[in-house]
Amino acid sequence: MITIAVQAADFDTGQEIRQLQADRTDVGGIAIFAGQVRDTGDKPLGFMHLEHYPGMTEASLQQTAEQAEQRWALIDIRIVHRIGDLLPGDQIVFVGVSSIHREAAFNACEFIMDHLKTHAPFWKKEYYRDGSTKWVDAKQTDQQRYARWHQHN
Amino acid sequence: MKILFFGNLREQLGTGEIEVPLAPGTNNIADLLEALKQRGSEWQQALSTGSLLYAVNQTMATQSTLLKDSDEVALFPPVTGG
Repeated sequence: MITIAVQAADFDTGQEIRQLQADRTDVGGIAIFAGQVRDTGDKPLGFMHLEHYPGMTEASLQQTAEQAEQRWALIDIRIVHRIGDLLPGDQIVFVGVSSIHREAAFNACEFIMDHLKTHAPFWKKEYYRDGSTKWVDAKQTDQQRYARWHQHN
Repeated sequence: MKILFFGNLREQLGTGEIEVPLAPGTNNIADLLEALKQRGSEWQQALSTGSLLYAVNQTMATQSTLLKDSDEVALFPPVTGG
């Protein structure tokens, strides 16, 4: 089952993992990625604003999860992405994948993050403590990571 | 036709949404971009960047994607979520 949430509210990573484990005996393992707001730039970060395209965001994450399901034998996928104003250290994103064997879970989790980074319509704007602001630039390395999954060998 | 703008592009244009009739001769996204650039120097400048992304009815599109008046079009910079 695929579960997608795009929300301003914080989430509980432990609760998300328990949902992936819940009442099942066929789950062999769960791989997760939990992302948070980092303050590692040249200027101290006050907060980060996350803008998104309501409707398309959820559809894009759903489509990515379905692609992962087609590619690997998965049991459940849970994706949570926060929007609005977030402080350094706040959680932004959770991707959790359960499967029978670890390889599918590890791969699918990474695939989903690489697709989310390059396709889900979110935009980050940084508000620094000195009062200045900056829209975060997309990274070429994210495009390269995405492209790895679609190379024809 | 509803046209949405997000992120830095929304700020540069000073608006997040406009409603315009689909003009004769505007067949695809490339045509629409050319038409929007006529709205002023801010539009000309902001829409001339090569990295813009397009969506039609909430699905990623390309410059050659065909348009109809009932479509919801979105223009935005490369995404930076996660």
